[in-house]
Amino acid sequence: MQPNFSLLEPQLIKRILAEAFALISQRGVTVQAPAAAELLSAAGARIENGIAHIPESLARRALESVPREFCLYNRGGEPAVKYGGNDVQFDPGSSCVHVLDPDTLEHRMTQTADLVRLVKVAEMLPQYAAQSTAVVCNEVPKEMGDLYRLFVVLLHSKKPIVTGAFSPHGAPAMIGMLEVESGGQAELRAKPRGIFDVCPSPPLHWTEFAGENLVDLARAWVPAEIISMPLAGAASPVTLAGSIVQHAAECISGITIHQLAQPGAPVVWGGAPAIFDMRSGITPMGAIETCMLNVASAQVAKSFGLPTHGYLLGSDAKTIDAQAGQESGVAALMGALGGINMISGAGMLDSLACHSAEKLVLDAESIAMAQRLLQGVQARTETLALDMFAKVGAQGDFLKLPETRKLFRQEQHLPTKVIDRGSLNSWEQTGKTDTFHRAKERVNELLGAYKRPELQADVERGMRRIVEERAKRGGMERLPEL
Amino acid sequence: MRDELFESMKQSIVDGDPDRARELSQRAVAEGINPLEAINRGFVLGMNAVGEQFEQGEMFLPDLVLAGEAMKAATAILEPEIQKVGAARETLGKVVLGTVKGDIHEIGKTLVGTMLSASGFEVFDLGVDVPFENFAVKAKEVNADIIGISALLTTTMTGQKGVVETMERHGLRPRVKVMIGGAPVTQSWANEIRADGYGKDAMAAVTLAKRLMGK
Repeated sequence: MQPNFSLLEPQLIKRILAEAFALISQRGVTVQAPAAAELLSAAGARIENGIAHIPESLARRALESVPREFCLYNRGGEPAVKYGGNDVQFDPGSSCVHVLDPDTLEHRMTQTADLVRLVKVAEMLPQYAAQSTAVVCNEVPKEMGDLYRLFVVLLHSKKPIVTGAFSPHGAPAMIGMLEVESGGQAELRAKPRGIFDVCPSPPLHWTEFAGENLVDLARAWVPAEIISMPLAGAASPVTLAGSIVQHAAECISGITIHQLAQPGAPVVWGGAPAIFDMRSGITPMGAIETCMLNVASAQVAKSFGLPTHGYLLGSDAKTIDAQAGQESGVAALMGALGGINMISGAGMLDSLACHSAEKLVLDAESIAMAQRLLQGVQARTETLALDMFAKVGAQGDFLKLPETRKLFRQEQHLPTKVIDRGSLNSWEQTGKTDTFHRAKERVNELLGAYKRPELQADVERGMRRIVEERAKRGGMERLPEL
Repeated sequence: MRDELFESMKQSIVDGDPDRARELSQRAVAEGINPLEAINRGFVLGMNAVGEQFEQGEMFLPDLVLAGEAMKAATAILEPEIQKVGAARETLGKVVLGTVKGDIHEIGKTLVGTMLSASGFEVFDLGVDVPFENFAVKAKEVNADIIGISALLTTTMTGQKGVVETMERHGLRPRVKVMIGGAPVTQSWANEIRADGYGKDAMAAVTLAKRLMGK
C-alpha cells in the first residue's frame, strides 16, 4: 500500500469545484492572448472587455479530453517520468536569480557556470527524475534567456527537463531546439523530452504571453504544466479553501484554452500556490500552509483523475541551516504523501530567489526518505517473523541471518555521508562537521564523478546554430564558453 | 470634545476602518474644524501608531493596508477643504510609483505606496504595465521628487533601465531621484542602470525615500 493522505472531504471538493466553475463563468477570466480568446469565443464563451466567461459545460468537456497519463523521456528514449495516478517525482526549482556561494555565503547573480554546476549535481542524484532550467543566466541577453538555458541543460543532461518560455514567441523556438535533439517533430511528439511551465497571473488572468504559450504548446503536442500561483491573503482569498478555489479556476480555464487548441494534448494541473507572509510580504515556500495548498490542489485535480504538479521543498532560509532542512524535509514528505506527480522546488532558498547545489544534495536526502516512506510497510517474507525466530534460536542474533543480508537494502534507506549516523568519536575525529559542510563535500564528489553525456556532433551543431542565431539578433556575438 | 474627536480619528486608522474615518472627516467639516488640524492631530497620529507597531512586529500588512485605506478615505474628504482655505498639507515629498511596462504585478508596488503615504509622502500611483514615458510625464506634471519603479520579473526588470533613460532624455535627472524594487532587483542592478537606490521591501523603500529627501 502506498501511503497517502488527504486534506479535503469529498463534499468540500464539490464545493470548491462548484465555486471554481462559477468564477470562470460569472466573474470570468482575463484573456489577453488573441489566439486564446478566439478559441474560447468560437467555442461559445462570451467575451466582454477582454474577460472571457467560460460556461461550465465547455470547461467540463475540456477536462474530459485531457490525457490521464503520459510520460517524459530521457535522451535514450526511455520513459523516465510518469505523470498520472499517484506516481511521485521530484525536480529542482526553476528560474532563480541568485545562487548561494558555498564559501562566502553571498547570494550572487547567476551565470551560465552556476547553471552547469546545478545541472551536473542534479544529473548525478537519482532522487531527481528530471532536470529544470534552474537559474537565469545573466550574462546572455534577456530576450534569449529561456532558449539559452534549455540549450545548456540539454548539453549536460540526459534526463527529462521541466522548463518554460519567457516571451510570447519563446516557446516555438524552444520546441524547435527540442525537435533537433529528438530527431524531428514526430519523434518529439511521440517521446517528449521536456514539459513547459505556463503561469497565469493571479487572480484569474492569462497574459498575452501565457495564453499564447498554452496555444503553441498544445498545437505542437508538447506537454504543458499550468503553474497557478494564488498568494493567500494578497493575490487570492486569505482562506486556504478560497485560494484552492482560485487555483482550480485558473487551472480549469487554462486547460480549457489548451484543449480547445488541441484536444487530447498533454497538460498538467499544477502550480506554486503559497500563502503571503503578513510580516515580510514575501511568499513563504517553507510554510506549512503552502504545503497544504499544494497537496489540497492536487487532490482537487485527482478528483478528475488528472496529472498533477506542485511547488515544494523551497525554503525561506538563506543558507543551509536547520530551517532549510526542517522546511524542505516536511514539504518532501507532504508532497509525497499527497501523491503529487511532479514536485518542483528542490535546491531553493530565500523563498524562490536563490538556488544552491549544496541544498540539492541535502534535499535529495529528504526526498530519499519520502521515497522510502512511499514504499510503505511490506510483507516481504512468507511468515512475517516466525521463520526468522525459528532460525536464530535462543541467541536472537538477527545480524547473522541470510534474510537480513538479503533484505536490509530493501527495508532500509541508506543515507549518504551528508547524514551523520556515526559515533561521537568519529564525528570529533573528522572535524566536527555540520550538514552544510558535508553537503559541500558531497557536491564536490558528485562534480568529480560527473561525465557529460554523449551527444551526436550534428545534433549539438544544430542546437547551437539555433541559439547562436538568436544571440546575434540580441547583440551577442559569441556564446559564453561551455 | 475636540480632543475626543481627534482621538476617534486616530482610532479609526488603527482599526483600519475607512467608513468610520470618512464619517469622522465629514463631522469635522460640518463642525468647522480646521481640516489640516484634523489630519495632523487626528488621523496622522493613527498612521504613526500603526507604523510603529508594524515595525515592532505587533501589527501586520493587512493592518497597515487597511490603515492606509482609512487614511485615504479621510484625506479624500479633508484635502479639498484644505485647498479651499488656501493651505497645503506638508509632506515629506512627492513620489510617482508604478510597475513597469509588460509587468502586471501590483502587490509589492501598492504596499510601497501605502507605506510611503503612511510615512507622510504624497504618492501618485500610476498602476501596472506603465509605459516608460508615463513616469516622466507624471513626474513633470506633479513636480515629483522621486519616482519608484517596480518589476517582479527578470524579463521586465530591463524596463527599469528604460524608465531611467527616458527620465534622462526628459532632462529630469538627477533632480528627480529614482528608486527601484521587485523580487529580482539588486543593488548592483540599481548601480548598473544609474538608479539612486533599491529597497528590498516596503519598509526599506521608506527608509530609502527619506534618505533621498535628505531626511
